[in-house]
Amino acid sequence: MSFFSRSPWILHYDGSSCNGCDIEVLACLTPLYDVERFGVINTGNPKHADILLVTGSVNERNIEIVRNLYRQMPDPKVVVAVGACACSGGIFARAYNVQGGIDKVIPVDVYVPGCAARPESIIDGVVQGIAALEAKQRMTA
Amino acid sequence: MKRTTIPFGPQHPVLPEPLVLDLILEDEKVIDAIPTIGYIHRGLEALVESVEYTEFGYVVERICGICSFMHGMGYAVAMEEIMAVEVPERARWLRLIWAEMSRIHSHLLWLGLGADAFGFENLFMHCWRTREEVLDIFEKTTGGRIIFSVNRIGGVRRDISDTELAAIVTKLQQLGASFTETARIFETDPSIRHRLSGVGILSREDAHAVDAVGPMARASGIRMDTRLTGTHLYDRLDFEPVLETAGDCLARVVVRVREISQSIDLIRQAVDRMPKAEGAPIEVKVRGLPTGEVFERLEQPRGEVVYYIKANGTKYLERFRARTPTFANIPAMIKLVKGCDLADVPNIIMTIDPCISCTER
Repeated sequence: MSFFSRSPWILHYDGSSCNGCDIEVLACLTPLYDVERFGVINTGNPKHADILLVTGSVNERNIEIVRNLYRQMPDPKVVVAVGACACSGGIFARAYNVQGGIDKVIPVDVYVPGCAARPESIIDGVVQGIAALEAKQRMTA
Repeated sequence: MKRTTIPFGPQHPVLPEPLVLDLILEDEKVIDAIPTIGYIHRGLEALVESVEYTEFGYVVERICGICSFMHGMGYAVAMEEIMAVEVPERARWLRLIWAEMSRIHSHLLWLGLGADAFGFENLFMHCWRTREEVLDIFEKTTGGRIIFSVNRIGGVRRDISDTELAAIVTKLQQLGASFTETARIFETDPSIRHRLSGVGILSREDAHAVDAVGPMARASGIRMDTRLTGTHLYDRLDFEPVLETAGDCLARVVVRVREISQSIDLIRQAVDRMPKAEGAPIEVKVRGLPTGEVFERLEQPRGEVVYYIKANGTKYLERFRARTPTFANIPAMIKLVKGCDLADVPNIIMTIDPCISCTER
């Protein structure tokens, strides 16, 4: 695959996570795991991003934010739901302000389990996200 | 002069969390900041009506992934008080050790994020590299990196052997020694000084007036720390809170830097003074249903947390409430942001060490 060179830029959004998965996402960037050496960069700008990493579930308030971020990302794009809350609502699934996993709002390509998800599994989720990204690219090409 | 409103958050590069502020500017000066909450609200406190009290501890831990041990400990201690459970001494010492380790990892995490906010990415990496060593100890002793589930009502689930405790102290002291270089940079580097010194000054009087807690209050010279009350075995340790008087962003950084070495020393003292009783009981069976109400206080890395629990004799608690330190520090943050330059806003917000997940639950 020549178009896509395995260096996806990532946009991270914290839905309503407890911080556990968020700090593990950040831990992926720091020296022990250091995904930046593969060219994976955490960007703050949705227009620069290939992969949307979402931690935490959706609620009344942030549902529009998640939709907005997804809409602004250029095609092809991939969504990785990180952690139990992003997958299904997790331990908070029954809480009154939690509507459920991210897939209630936007299509999710990769689900990363764990509470909190470990950095290894987050990196694995991103790697699978790259495969999904390449498949989408082939379809549109 | 023309006024501009700039939305800060919920998705902002400096924050891993969705904090939302509407900054009202006149030119480059911030004249007002209006916080909005709700982006991360889950309704955790109401879950108490549908989760049994024996299992609610796992929910409480997930108030926040950074102070997860302290939240679990606060819930367990409060429930033990309601149910009049005598907890084995070894379990209480182990809780203290894990709690101080949480403080080390939380402060390292924050120092990293703070460094990132003032544009010193190298320092961010150094802090987080050091932090991984603390997480290794956590993983070895509790089984988890972030969420531990090691507290239960009546004690703790896992023991740490005496040899392992000694090894932990050695490891932490080595960590402390290697951290001195990073600490020196935080305290003396001219570029950091230039960026933080004199920025966002909270005077002692103002800190009292807006009820600042934790490192925020201690950086303004207020000798306030729940550990001073001597609960949770802190009365058996020599402890004097770290104080700074300048009250600016730099002082808040320095307080946290020094608290890391203080916590390492507290763990050393705890291991020295706890009875060498490997294999002693670490938990007691808890039976029956709780009745009554209790307030419990703990000193978390961000400051004082208060729990209120009301039990009505069924297996579901009637009310659970947590007043988290960030909630107490938000008025101080708003006060500091008013009148500052727009470019200083990220630093001021970061130096209160905001934990929005704690605040909104």
